[in-house]
Amino acid sequence: MTAPTTPAPSLFGASIKRREDPRFITGKGRFTDDVVMPGMTHAAFVRSPHAFAIIRSIDTSRASALPGVRAVFTGEQLAAAGVNGLPAGWLLPDIKVPYRPVLSVGHARHVGEAVAVVIADSAAVARDAAELVDVDYEPLVAVADTATALSHPTQIHDIAPDNRCFHWSIGDAAPVDAAFASAPHVVRQRFVNNRLAAMAMEPRASLASYDVAGDELTLYVTSQNPHVHRLIMGAFVLGLAEHRFRVIAPDVGGGFGSKIFIYPEEVVVAWAAKKIGRPVKWTATRSESFLTDAQGRDHVSEAEMALSNDGKVLALRVKTIANVGSGLSLFAPAVPTYLYATLLSGAYAIPAIHCEVDAVFTNTTPVDAYRGAGRPEACYLIERMMDLSAKHLGMSPVDIRRLNFIPAHAFPYQTPVALCYDSGNYEPALDMALTKADYASLLQRQAEGRANGRYIGIGFSTYIEACSIAPSQVVGALGSQAGLYESAHVRVHPTGSVTVYTGSHSHGQGHETTFAQIVADQLGIPMDAVDIVHGDTGKVQFGMGTYGSRSGALGGTSIYMSLQKIKDKAKKIAAHLLEAAEADIEFEGGKFYVRGAPDRAKQFADVTLAAYLGHNLPSGLEPGLEATSFFDPSNFTFPFGTHIAVVEIERSTGHVTLLNYIAVDDVGNVINPMIVDGMVHGGIAQGVAQALWESVHFAPDGQPLNASLMEYAVPRADQLIKYNTGRTVTPSPVNPLGVKGAGETGTIASTPAIANAVMDALSPFGVSHIDMPLTPSKLWTAMNGSTGGL
Amino acid sequence: MYPASFSYSSPTSLDDALALLAEHGEDAKLLAGGHSLLPLMKLRFAQPRYLVDLRRIANLSGIERSAGELKIGAMSTYAALAASDLVRTLVPMLADAAAQIGDPQVRNRGTIGGSLAHADPAADLPTVMLAADAQMAVVGRRGTRVIPAQAFFVGMLTTSLAPDEVLTEIRIPLADAREGSAYDKCRHPASRFALVGVAASIRLAADGTVLHARIAVGGMGPMAVRVAGAEAALKGHAPTAEVRHAAAALVAAAVDPQEDLQGTVAYKRNLAQVYAERALASAVHRAGG
Repeated sequence: MTAPTTPAPSLFGASIKRREDPRFITGKGRFTDDVVMPGMTHAAFVRSPHAFAIIRSIDTSRASALPGVRAVFTGEQLAAAGVNGLPAGWLLPDIKVPYRPVLSVGHARHVGEAVAVVIADSAAVARDAAELVDVDYEPLVAVADTATALSHPTQIHDIAPDNRCFHWSIGDAAPVDAAFASAPHVVRQRFVNNRLAAMAMEPRASLASYDVAGDELTLYVTSQNPHVHRLIMGAFVLGLAEHRFRVIAPDVGGGFGSKIFIYPEEVVVAWAAKKIGRPVKWTATRSESFLTDAQGRDHVSEAEMALSNDGKVLALRVKTIANVGSGLSLFAPAVPTYLYATLLSGAYAIPAIHCEVDAVFTNTTPVDAYRGAGRPEACYLIERMMDLSAKHLGMSPVDIRRLNFIPAHAFPYQTPVALCYDSGNYEPALDMALTKADYASLLQRQAEGRANGRYIGIGFSTYIEACSIAPSQVVGALGSQAGLYESAHVRVHPTGSVTVYTGSHSHGQGHETTFAQIVADQLGIPMDAVDIVHGDTGKVQFGMGTYGSRSGALGGTSIYMSLQKIKDKAKKIAAHLLEAAEADIEFEGGKFYVRGAPDRAKQFADVTLAAYLGHNLPSGLEPGLEATSFFDPSNFTFPFGTHIAVVEIERSTGHVTLLNYIAVDDVGNVINPMIVDGMVHGGIAQGVAQALWESVHFAPDGQPLNASLMEYAVPRADQLIKYNTGRTVTPSPVNPLGVKGAGETGTIASTPAIANAVMDALSPFGVSHIDMPLTPSKLWTAMNGSTGGL
Repeated sequence: MYPASFSYSSPTSLDDALALLAEHGEDAKLLAGGHSLLPLMKLRFAQPRYLVDLRRIANLSGIERSAGELKIGAMSTYAALAASDLVRTLVPMLADAAAQIGDPQVRNRGTIGGSLAHADPAADLPTVMLAADAQMAVVGRRGTRVIPAQAFFVGMLTTSLAPDEVLTEIRIPLADAREGSAYDKCRHPASRFALVGVAASIRLAADGTVLHARIAVGGMGPMAVRVAGAEAALKGHAPTAEVRHAAAALVAAAVDPQEDLQGTVAYKRNLAQVYAERALASAVHRAGG
């Protein structure tokens, strides 16, 4: 065997350029819509133009008569054929789970709900025919507003009085009430956490084909978790055996949570392919994405904070109304509960917290996990409350945070809201951020600006989040209908190259690079000798997929565990070949050698070949070299950090300009700093956008008001600046890699940093709070409200 | 994103294009870049049966100076306008506007004629045309006519072009040395169209007072409009900050904004005031004031 002449440098921690990028930037990615099959047909959906309506009748005759149309199906037909409704994947006590058919039955409950489907030989004919489906609607009075849904006279679902999906609480009310009763200071604020649209670059798409000979259904789908798709669609919706149902999520162009869930369209496509005996494809238009992709946030909260005279937080009380939309999307119940209220302690030692949540149905697009999922809502609330409290007490926003930080010696720290933070060290991140911001000069610049009619604001967010979701037993006890471990199968080939089958799914995260770094680093082989396979239930053992910043900590650790098994077995073989005791074998730089005699060595590839030749193995050892691991963590991981935003508000227009943005994050050990920076940058962009620009609006009658990229303001490069980033490193103790998660920190941290900065800028005008998005009109109006107008 | 079925042709002569328009009447639409029309067709808000693409017709694009006018072929792209030295020196407000439209892809495909004939109330170029006192050269089967900008725009998405006519050229009277123009806009955060756009052209007398002014505002009503009152407020006065402020206030009073997600009526009027002041200040500066 030829051995590598130089040992591979340490790749864990190196900024390796992403191996997947050449195919993406040269247009050679293979996305669902790129897949073309012989005899393929196209689906187009007929969608409700009403937010709430009775469907009196559906006449498909004109559509069916159009040349090129293969079939038209309605919800009643699918139900009669045994297609079940979409299930809820997280259950809470007394939760109301309405029947959610994939095509409307009886009622349509939001604008854009799929009412019928047309399947035709071309996408254009399918669209033409969809316009010929005559649906007789009886419009009903719709519920759109989160805050008033509970008292609205319209009841959307028979099983849910007051439109209440569930009432849930966490924490102990008695000590909270006691603390408020005796607290010298109480700060109160109502917050609206605005609804967001996920807006992946690649819209949702699906393509199904049925192989009669093999009795196998194959579904290509834009999924963050193809095995979850297969399990739920197969077992609960369509009644298909998993070994005859293959789900492939090929290249996927962004998800941000919105591609976790099982959607009506992919169920219809999968069912119809078998029904009509032809492949069926559907790709969402951007308009359909706006109407049907699960959206995020949408809370209305009343928060109260009790404080001592010196600024210690004594208790926090929160009442939240969370809008889940027209029906329950897959993980919707978890988001405003266990992913939200459990984070209300933030980075602070708060002795008593109580939070009540009412989840409400409305005639709007369903709401589910969107980047951060609950944690941004918690972080926004607590970080805004810290600022409002500081202002109330006349304290610096820095001092009140430092005073209330959970001290470094207090970890593991049990919060009053279920979570136990395993590790943390918050002050170094704050200090680094203050240094990077040059805070003293900033304050001076701010003071000088105010004297000259320039309104500069400095906003802090000393955030924490819980990610790498999650211990299966814990989430099972809390209502999850799935485990949340992850899996990896590592197959070493005879000549020493490696294929990794991971249950994680990359839809932008760069796993093909970072996971290969872990393998190359552990085995001392070049990254080129490592392939990462993901996203195909026909190739990969069961896996839970990617969301909740879990791939590094869970998917990566699973790979690491399998690599240890590989190394253990390879060491036995190497010891046998070197005629040495296994305990005396060292493995370093891709070479097995006898301790103290580095020349008595076997290269990794020599050992792998021996493993597969099987001619000369230790007695009783099986040939071959591969290993499977399932990693179930003992806890979440808890990234934290300090973000500082510096903004200026133009007095004449209310326009906000970002002057500086400092992000110091602690995501534990970092596999690829460049990729983490990219995640942080993108996350900040999304979080800034929530604070300043993005917001999904519905009219009181449930009609969407800005369901288009001509109206809905996603951030553009020219609105953002070069971020000043830094990291502290507090390795996570709950996985052997010491990694946490970096995918959501930016989104979670940046929204309150910006909101706090804007409010700081407005403080000369006596304004303490404005709900997001902080549009120029709102800011201008606030500035003029206190000065009597221009 | 599949438009309703339509036929397409790309004639190589204006005569052929006019013949197609005559043949298909109201069922036909001209394609002049397509960055407004095609999205509407994909959403099926517009369903023309016949598209006549002007891109292969010779002599419909190009920018040249002749006899006191700048002549701009209707198929000139925004990118060509923004990059043209003639436009930048002779009609700077047009370069200001063209450089801010959409993104590079849009600017490389979208054309001045397409924009003007579409007459989007939030588009930039109609506003500039009003302040430039441009003349629209229009060709139909009955012959050629020239329509002043103020008569060209007649309402929301509506011009005085007949269905069988083609806008072929835009003629802008040249400024003299003491004339300056500018366009400034507040962009919609998503579409980047004008929440408000103000174009101002100012000519100064030797003593520094305003000899004449043309001010137009778009984005805050069904179509862009000239603001005669603001023009009159400048005429004969030295264009000081106070005078400009007073003129801008008349612009703000003339607009008819609607409250929407982008702001209240009061806020939008304020935007008109602010951007009018900015456009006026730049125009005066460029006029040597």
